Amino acid sequence: MDHFLSEDQQAIVDLAKQISREMVIPKRVHYDETEEYPLDIVETLAKSDFFALFVPEEYGGLGGGCYDIVLALEQIGYGCVGIATAYAASALGAYPIIIGGSEELKQKYLPKVATGELRAAFGLTESNAGSDAGGIQTTAVLDGDEWVLNGTKQWITNGGQAHIYTIIAITDPHKGARGASMFIVEADDPGFSCGPKEKKMGIRCSATTELIMKDCRIPKDRLVGRRGTGFITVMKTLDKSRPGIASLGVGLAQAALDEAASYAKVRHQFGKPIIAFQAVQHMLADMAIETESARTLLYAAARHIDAHPKDMSKVSAMCKVKATDVAMKVAIDAVQVLAGYGFMREYPVEKMMRDAKILQIYEGTNQIQRNVIGQELNKEYTK
Amino acid sequence: MNIVVCIKQVPDAKDVRLDPETNTLSRDGVKSVINPYDRHAMEEGVRLKEEFGGRVTVVSMGPPQAKAILQEAISCGADDAILVSDRAFAGSDTLATTYTLSQAIKKTGGVDLVLCGKQATDGDTAQVGPGLAVRLDMAYVTCVKKINTVTDKVVVLERMMDDGYDEVEVDLPALLTVVKEVNTPRFPSIRGLRKARAYDIPSYTAADIGADPAQLGLGGSPTQVVRVWPPEPKGNRTMLEGSVDEIAEKLAEIFHESSIG
Ligand SMILES: Cc1cc2nc3c(=O)[nH]c(=O)nc-3n(C[C@H](O)[C@H](O)[C@H](O)COP(=O)(O)OP(=O)(O)OC[C@H]3O[C@@H](n4cnc5c(N)ncnc54)[C@H](O)[C@@H]3O)c2cc1C
Repeated sequence: MDHFLSEDQQAIVDLAKQISREMVIPKRVHYDETEEYPLDIVETLAKSDFFALFVPEEYGGLGGGCYDIVLALEQIGYGCVGIATAYAASALGAYPIIIGGSEELKQKYLPKVATGELRAAFGLTESNAGSDAGGIQTTAVLDGDEWVLNGTKQWITNGGQAHIYTIIAITDPHKGARGASMFIVEADDPGFSCGPKEKKMGIRCSATTELIMKDCRIPKDRLVGRRGTGFITVMKTLDKSRPGIASLGVGLAQAALDEAASYAKVRHQFGKPIIAFQAVQHMLADMAIETESARTLLYAAARHIDAHPKDMSKVSAMCKVKATDVAMKVAIDAVQVLAGYGFMREYPVEKMMRDAKILQIYEGTNQIQRNVIGQELNKEYTK
Repeated sequence: MNIVVCIKQVPDAKDVRLDPETNTLSRDGVKSVINPYDRHAMEEGVRLKEEFGGRVTVVSMGPPQAKAILQEAISCGADDAILVSDRAFAGSDTLATTYTLSQAIKKTGGVDLVLCGKQATDGDTAQVGPGLAVRLDMAYVTCVKKINTVTDKVVVLERMMDDGYDEVEVDLPALLTVVKEVNTPRFPSIRGLRKARAYDIPSYTAADIGADPAQLGLGGSPTQVVRVWPPEPKGNRTMLEGSVDEIAEKLAEIFHESSIG
C-alpha cells in the first residue's frame, strides 16, 4: 500500500532497508546463535545517522519525528528484532534526557548519543517491580554534592553495552507517586556494575542484564528534571518509545509474511504449490490483512503523535498492542505454513516466532497497554 | 588536501549479459552501479579526508545518467561532484578517456591526490589510472591495499603484489589505484542523502574543460575493436569431489599420470 511518504522519508526507508538487507539479514543467524552484541551493525547504523535521527537538532541530531523513527525501525526490525532492539534501546535510554534533562545535561550527553559514541539504556524494572513500576526499591540519597544510589535493576536492555544509563530511584519514600526521580549513571561510576547477560528465548543478541548499584556515587547535577518527577518522565518516555516497538512488530510481521508467501509458492504437495490450497491462501490473506492494518494504524498514530505530542498515550498504546499482537500471530502462522521446515532453524521463521514474543512483553505488557487505553476511555467518557 | 576520486558507472556484474550477435555487453535493462573498485577509492578518499582533513571531489565521465553515481558518492561523504559529459566523448578508449579526465581534473584547481579503482569491471583494462597520472604529470602507484599515512608531502602505503606487498612512500601530488582490500565502503548516511538531493551536479562539456576535439571520443581513440568473441573452451574439465584429503590425493594421482608430475 502506498502511504505517500515524503521524499525524505522514502530515503530513510530505502537506506534502512539497504542496511537491513545487506548487513542485518546476512548476520542475524550468527548473532542469534552466538548471542553476541551486534556492535558492527550498531556502529554502522550510527555512521549512517540512525542515532542522530532521534536526537533533536539543537543537540547535533536530525530531530526526526515519531514517523521518521518508526519508518527506520520497521525496516531494521524486518531484518532482525534482536539487532533492532540493540539499536532502539539507546533511544529509550536517551528519551528521559530529551524529555526532562537540563540544558547542561542535554549539551553534555545528547551530541555524543547522536553520533553513536555514547550508547544508552533505560533502567526501570526490578525484581519486584515489573508492570507495577511503583514497586521499585532502588533508592537515591543526597549526600553533600553527590547522590548515592543503592539497588538492583533487572532485565535492562543494553546492560554492559551502554555508556550511560537513565535510572529511576526512590528519593522521597513517603511521597508516593512524587517520591521517585530520574538519574543518569555513567558506566564507570564508582559502585555501578552490570550482571551477566541473561539467556533468552529470543532477541538473543541484544544484551539484557542486571544493573547493580552499591553505594554508587554520582554528581548532584545528574538528576534529570526536578526531584520527584521520575515517574512522570518514565511515563512520557514509554509513551514516546512504544510506537518504536510497534514498528518492530510491523517489520517482523512483514518479514514472516514474505517468508511464508514465497515458500508457499515453491513448496509442492499433492502435485500443486501449497499456495493453491485455499486453507493456505486464507492464512496468508489474514496475515496480509493484519500486517497492513497494524502498519496503517502505526503510521496514523505516528502522524498523530507528531502533530499532537501532548496527546499520545492512547494512540501509542493502541499501535503497540495491535502491531505486536499481529507480529506474534503472523509469526506463528508463518511457522505453520512452512510446517516442519518452519520448525527448523535453517529457515528464519522459527527465530521470528521466538523474537515476536518479547514485543508483547517489554515496554509495558499488552495487558498494561489495554489498561492505559481503558483508563483513557474512562476519562473521555466521563467528560 | 584536495582529493579527486574518479568513478565510473558500469553495468551491475550480477546482471551482465552479452549480446549474442555483437558479443558486446548488452546494457538494455541492466542496472547500472558504481564500478566496485571505485567504491573503495571513494571510501578511501572520504576516510583520508576524515582522518587528515581536506576535500573530496568525485569526477565521472559518462552520459547524463551517471549523475546517479555521483549523487551516491555525495550521500557517502564526498564534498563535491562533477559530471563530464558530451556527445563528443562517445567511443573513447582509455587514451581519450585519460585525456578527457585530465582536462576536467585540471579545471578543479590544485589537486594533491587522485584516487581510482584498480580497473573497471566492464572494460577491465586497468589503464585509466596510470594513463591519467602520466597526463597529470604525477607519480602513481597501482593496486594499493592500505594507506598508512598522508602528510602534505608524501603518502606511505602498501601495494599489493602476487607474493606479499611492498611498502611504498610516494611524493605528492600522486595518483593511486586501489584494490578491494583497502577498506570496507560505508553505507550512505541520512545527512548525506539529504545533501545529495539538494546538490546540483555541474556537468562539464568538452568546451568547458578546454579540450582539443581531435583527442576526444572515437576520433581520439587509436584502439580499434576488430572482433569480439567468446574464447573457445580448451581441453577437458574434470571436477574432483570429496574431502580435501581425497581431492588432494586424486589430484596428485592425475599429476603423476600426466606429464606434469
Ligand atoms: C528481554 C527484555 C528486555 C527488557 N528491557 C528492559 C529495559 O531495557 N528497561 C526496563 O526497565 N525494563 C526492561 N524489561 C522489563 C519489562 O519491561 C518487563 O518485563 C515488563 O514490564 C513486565 O514486567 P514483568 O515481567 O515483571 O511482569 P509482571 O508485571 O509480573 O506481569 C506478569 C503478568 O501479569 C500481568 N499483569 C500485571 N499487572 C497487571 C494489571 N494491573 N492488569 C492486568 N494484567 C497485569 C502482565 O500483563 C503479565 O501478563 C525487559 C524485559 C525483557 C524480558
